[in-house]
Amino acid sequence: MTTIVDLDGVSPVAEGRVVGPPPPADVLLDVRGLKTHFHVMDGTVAAVDGVDFQLRRGETLGLVGESGCGKSVTSLTIMRLIDIPPGEIVAGEIWFDGREILSLPMSDMRQIRGADMSMIFQEPMTSLNPVFTVGNQIAEAVKAHRQVSNKEAWNRAVEMLEAVGIPSPERRVKQYPHELSGGMRQRVMIAMALSCDPKLIIADEPTTALDVTIQAQILELIKSMQERTGAALLLITHDLAVVAETVQRMAVMYAGKIVETGTAEDVLLNPKHPYTQGLITSIPSNVARGQRLNVIRGTVPNPFRMPGGCRFQPRCPMAFEPCRDFDPPLRTTDPGRRAACWLHYPASERPTSRDVATSATPMQTERVAKQ
Amino acid sequence: MPPGTRHIFTQQPELPPSVLKFIVRRLILLVPILFGLSLFMVVFLHLLPGDPCGAILGEHSTAENLARCQHGLGLDKPLYQQYFEYMSGVFHGDFGVSATNKVSVATSFLTRFPATIELAVSAMIIAIGVGIPLGVAAAKRQYSLFDNFATVASLIGISIPIFFLGLLLQYVFGVWLHWLPTAGRYDLGAYSYDGAGTNFLLWESLVIDHDPAKFADVVRHLILPALALGTIPLAVVARITRSAVIEVLSEDYVRTARAKGLTSRRVDSRHVLRNAMLPIVTVIGLQTGLLLGGAVLTEQIFSWGGVGNWLFQAAVDKDFVVIQSGALILATIFVVVNLLVDISYAYLNPRIRYS
Repeated sequence: MTTIVDLDGVSPVAEGRVVGPPPPADVLLDVRGLKTHFHVMDGTVAAVDGVDFQLRRGETLGLVGESGCGKSVTSLTIMRLIDIPPGEIVAGEIWFDGREILSLPMSDMRQIRGADMSMIFQEPMTSLNPVFTVGNQIAEAVKAHRQVSNKEAWNRAVEMLEAVGIPSPERRVKQYPHELSGGMRQRVMIAMALSCDPKLIIADEPTTALDVTIQAQILELIKSMQERTGAALLLITHDLAVVAETVQRMAVMYAGKIVETGTAEDVLLNPKHPYTQGLITSIPSNVARGQRLNVIRGTVPNPFRMPGGCRFQPRCPMAFEPCRDFDPPLRTTDPGRRAACWLHYPASERPTSRDVATSATPMQTERVAKQ
Repeated sequence: MPPGTRHIFTQQPELPPSVLKFIVRRLILLVPILFGLSLFMVVFLHLLPGDPCGAILGEHSTAENLARCQHGLGLDKPLYQQYFEYMSGVFHGDFGVSATNKVSVATSFLTRFPATIELAVSAMIIAIGVGIPLGVAAAKRQYSLFDNFATVASLIGISIPIFFLGLLLQYVFGVWLHWLPTAGRYDLGAYSYDGAGTNFLLWESLVIDHDPAKFADVVRHLILPALALGTIPLAVVARITRSAVIEVLSEDYVRTARAKGLTSRRVDSRHVLRNAMLPIVTVIGLQTGLLLGGAVLTEQIFSWGGVGNWLFQAAVDKDFVVIQSGALILATIFVVVNLLVDISYAYLNPRIRYS
């Protein structure tokens, strides 16, 4: 694969590659078979290794998983903010608003970033530039995408600060990030992200770095701003409580793959995948006082040595014969529900050890071939 | 653009009163520094064997001549009295008179310091103008061939002895290629300068005399010594810029700036460089302070009539008064330059509060 070193972020995927048909018009974001790998000194990390999900216009989707499962890398890949090298988009398509954005030249991508899709980052403490006033930084985003005067951009900054609930915005707009509290700064980040009326808001752990008392306020703000603007929201979090309160649909990620998707209610109340079940039963509030908390045995796999077969198999209490050698693809279990687990395949569709050479998934064949 | 809106992108933080207080306190701190330095200089210089009379009299030094000379210069008085008399002169603005040529220190300094300023500033312009872009480019292509080349070049630049580099430049560009003059500040045969002027020859030739040819002559004389003197600061600035930029590039706010859809150039010039400037400005300040103290080797090699040359000669002649006063003046300049650097922090980094 040819990669063009682009200091501005990501190299386009191989030129002249064939992409599939565009998704229906009501689908704003369609991620298909996305694989983002990082080539580092000790080898290659498959941070995102086959991620598929769709997000309709105005819809809210929670991408859930523990630290290091690839959810942030997924979002940075969508924004094309991955540094290449060491990163590489090995495979996949990302359709956004009718266009396949991995094949866009960087100049076109730049026009989308911050305008049609924008991102709220995890660390409001370090995500704002310390040497510019917050108004300056918001106005800069406006000026980058709209033909407006400095004065109009500045007014837009004041207006956005007001919209995100910052008191006396005319005064705050002239302040530097260090003069604001963490919650305020996150509000500024939200104001900045929404300043150009994006169609997609990606919020990467927007409340993780904040005080517990502020977390609910910020989530409420993101939700209300999303409703008011009609933008779609991709909320990335490791916190199931946050998902339950904020989004309509959710996707659970484990070790670089999506293992389960569905409405937030369905997934939380009736998890299909053993990993999701483990996550939910380990929430303290689900257990009576005095009882032992459920845990998921073992640890997240070493990214350099992913287990063969299903990646959750070494930790899975329900692992059985096919799991060791075959990685289950996502399968529709109920309308609107998908899970990647052999338990949800009828016995006739489960592979057996005799199938190694013939019916393994492409990914699997690759690995088998290497071993 | 409607009037009154420019401030948005060019706004400067106002200097709060605390900065004024800070400046005053730093200037007050100068007093003990200068007292300590003067005391140290007087005691130390008199502990060394020999005195200016040896240099003045040379082969004529008989015991009788020597005693008369020493009496004439006041060197036979007790040390505390010499110090007291010297310092009371300094407090009245009298930095004394050279023992060897009877010219007042203030006069010598004022005629020579402009030469040093022109040389030092030119050297720093080369160092900054080349060093910062080089450092940024190296940081953006970390571990690339270009970066490795820049690293090696910087190391050579830092370690090459100035006298060698100066002679090399003179040989290549003066003797061999005949492109540039190798000595002096202007062509003595073609031009003359009014001794009553400022002695800033760039200024004199262009603004006072309105003579572009004369100005070009001065610039041509300036190039080689400025290159020789600027090499070390250039290498230092390039190294510091590289490491500062690499550090800032991994900051979250740089990712935020890219996520806003800004062009790569705007991210670098605004968000990265502005934050990377703090360590760079520190180094620039220190290097400028050092260069303003006079570059002995460069001035010697290129027969440049600056303070470095002058103080070197004073040290050879054991011209106590010149050495003492020169050191005091240069120490003051060094402190003031560093004060300016500290004040510039307030502009570069709004988080800094002077207290």
